[in-house]
Amino acid sequence: MEHTANYIGLIPLLPLVGAVVIGLMHMFTCTGKAFSEKLYGALACVGPVLSFFLALVVFFHLRDLPVDQRHLTHNVFTWFAVGDLKVDMAFLVDPLSGLYLLFVTFIGSLIHIYSIGYMAGDENFGKFFCYLNLFLGSMLILVLGSGPVVMFVGWEGVGLCSYLLISFFATDTENVLAGNKAFIVNRIGDLGFVLGMSVLFWAIGSGGFDYLSLKANTHLLTPGVGIAVCLLLFIGACGKSAQIPLYVWLPDAMAGPTPVSALIHAATMVTAGVYMVARFSFMYAHFTTAGTIVAWVGILTALLSAIYGMFQSDIKKILAYSTVSQLGYMFAGVGVAAYSAGIFHVFTHAFFKALLFLGAGSVIYALHHQQDVWQMGGLKNKMPRTYMTMLIGALALAGFPPFSGFFSKDEILFMALANGHTGIWLIGVLVAAMTAYYTFRLIFLVFHGTPRNQEAYDHAHEAPAVMTVPLIVLAAGAALAGVLNLPALFGGNMVVSTWLEPSLTEHHPHMSHGVEILAMLASVVAVVIGITIAYKKFGQGAEEPEFTGFAKLGYHKFYVDEIYNAVFVQPFKGIGSVISRFLEPNVTDSFVKFATWIYRKAGTSFKALQVGYVRVYALYMVIGLSLMSLFLSQSIN
Amino acid sequence: MIQDYLILSIILFCLGILGVITRRNVFTVFMSIELMLNAANLAFIAFSRLHESMDGHVLAMMIMAVAAAEAALALAVVILLHKHKGKLDTNVFSLLRG
Repeated sequence: MEHTANYIGLIPLLPLVGAVVIGLMHMFTCTGKAFSEKLYGALACVGPVLSFFLALVVFFHLRDLPVDQRHLTHNVFTWFAVGDLKVDMAFLVDPLSGLYLLFVTFIGSLIHIYSIGYMAGDENFGKFFCYLNLFLGSMLILVLGSGPVVMFVGWEGVGLCSYLLISFFATDTENVLAGNKAFIVNRIGDLGFVLGMSVLFWAIGSGGFDYLSLKANTHLLTPGVGIAVCLLLFIGACGKSAQIPLYVWLPDAMAGPTPVSALIHAATMVTAGVYMVARFSFMYAHFTTAGTIVAWVGILTALLSAIYGMFQSDIKKILAYSTVSQLGYMFAGVGVAAYSAGIFHVFTHAFFKALLFLGAGSVIYALHHQQDVWQMGGLKNKMPRTYMTMLIGALALAGFPPFSGFFSKDEILFMALANGHTGIWLIGVLVAAMTAYYTFRLIFLVFHGTPRNQEAYDHAHEAPAVMTVPLIVLAAGAALAGVLNLPALFGGNMVVSTWLEPSLTEHHPHMSHGVEILAMLASVVAVVIGITIAYKKFGQGAEEPEFTGFAKLGYHKFYVDEIYNAVFVQPFKGIGSVISRFLEPNVTDSFVKFATWIYRKAGTSFKALQVGYVRVYALYMVIGLSLMSLFLSQSIN
Repeated sequence: MIQDYLILSIILFCLGILGVITRRNVFTVFMSIELMLNAANLAFIAFSRLHESMDGHVLAMMIMAVAAAEAALALAVVILLHKHKGKLDTNVFSLLRG
């Protein structure tokens, strides 16, 4: 089965080819008669679906290998080799990237299908699918890359697609600004990533710059350098995965079309940071200080964005903050060295968050682009399929047993407790209650009670099958995915954790079942309390409250955007205007002008020599030849 | 012995250069160029005698043939120039465009 490895290169290639074909088709027809949407839809889905099947083939091949040989590499070509640095465009499939590969292509395919329904009638239908395919290709490069440099190619690719898709409805200034914000904030993170890579190369890069060589050479790092590398890489992860202090772009990113929010800003791209930390688990596990910082940043982000989530009124913003919050959990997981728990949460989160976003998209679609939850209500009779699937998603997000979110979140919290991070565990349980509260606040406000906007309610209708079928598939995943990693307590054997073990560097602490049951009970109680409060306040219908005190602070997100604006954006704008008004015209321009002045002067002086008379040119020739002869005779003697 | 011939050759060559640089009549310039060619011929012949070989003679014959061809061409050009401006003063022809 040697040839299976050769398919690996095709997995990211297929969506990329799709992107090029669709992009060219759209480019040549955007002024004239467009191709039919059916053609675009079919072309767009071919790449992701084929990639998914290839991923399945590779995955099952990987599963058949003995545990210690579970890594397939496929070297496409040598990208560049400079001095010690030799970078291959090579792909690596091991248990970690194999699992990622499966769910990225699976959820990606589903969202492509859903988008055919959601984007129907848009004039830039082709462009949308071009970007979506490009995103999937970049994401697969990110996941499959065999070293940090190839990962960075995908990392930048997904960042670009995120920017393009957030500002997809570019006629609206607000969307363009949201896109810019996402891009610029990500850029700050990327700087950290590049610096981290550079320091890593400087320290141990001469022994090879792919994960396997780096893993073998980690022990050569001094603690200072190692922690610096870990933290710099984590800054990159903060940008991409929206952690404190760079989380501000993700809620604004909801300006993009809803399938984009589901695919990029919930299920796949934003988890790239978690993936990266897990990929470098050999370093974060070696330098535990860095891991602890990651965990604390993660859990504080979870807390902060859960507070925000409780007071928002835009349905997509609520989900966006819950995404930030869940990402915080994932970082808490990988930070306390529970890498498989963190990755498992990525896996389940991809299902239920994509489901919730697509459900929200279905609601928005039904209400003709109404996103304010205070304008909704009572929709459960009008949209039964959306309601049922979203309810499953909400239960999974809240972490209610036995839905998938319960197992993954609880595993993280339990591992935090087991590894001695009691503070993180306590905050985690608190956030679990808050998560349950704001999730069910959303469900009650949208689907229960009485309609708040009668006109919108009357026009509401269930979405077409092309949109509801992906919802049902995702709901099945959100409900059942937890079974994959059933802890020993329930008679399971942690299939996912065992599967991931060869890729990760982690230790399994032993705690008694008693503590595990208590920890589990604590989080279930927290979830039940959260749901009960939400039901008390919103279950019977409620009116939009006036926010005062703490709630007002939460509604305005503690004015963090305004503070960033005052502390970073405005000073830089000031510096920019000083440069453009004073420095540029007076200092840099004068250098440029001096250079042109020299050439002009030289030109006018030499112009006098060009008189146009033949005999003068003959004289120049004689002078030149004489000087040459003189020089030659001098050098011969 | 050889020096005398070479000195004569140099004198002729310099006279030619002087003519090309200072005179303005196209014919005079042309004749000065011929003078320079023949100064070179003289040097060739002198060296040929010195080394007792025929190479210099061959070159001299060739220069004479080339000079004859060139003269035919140059005279045609001179006629065209005269037709164009009605003068044979080189200062008149100081612009690239007609």
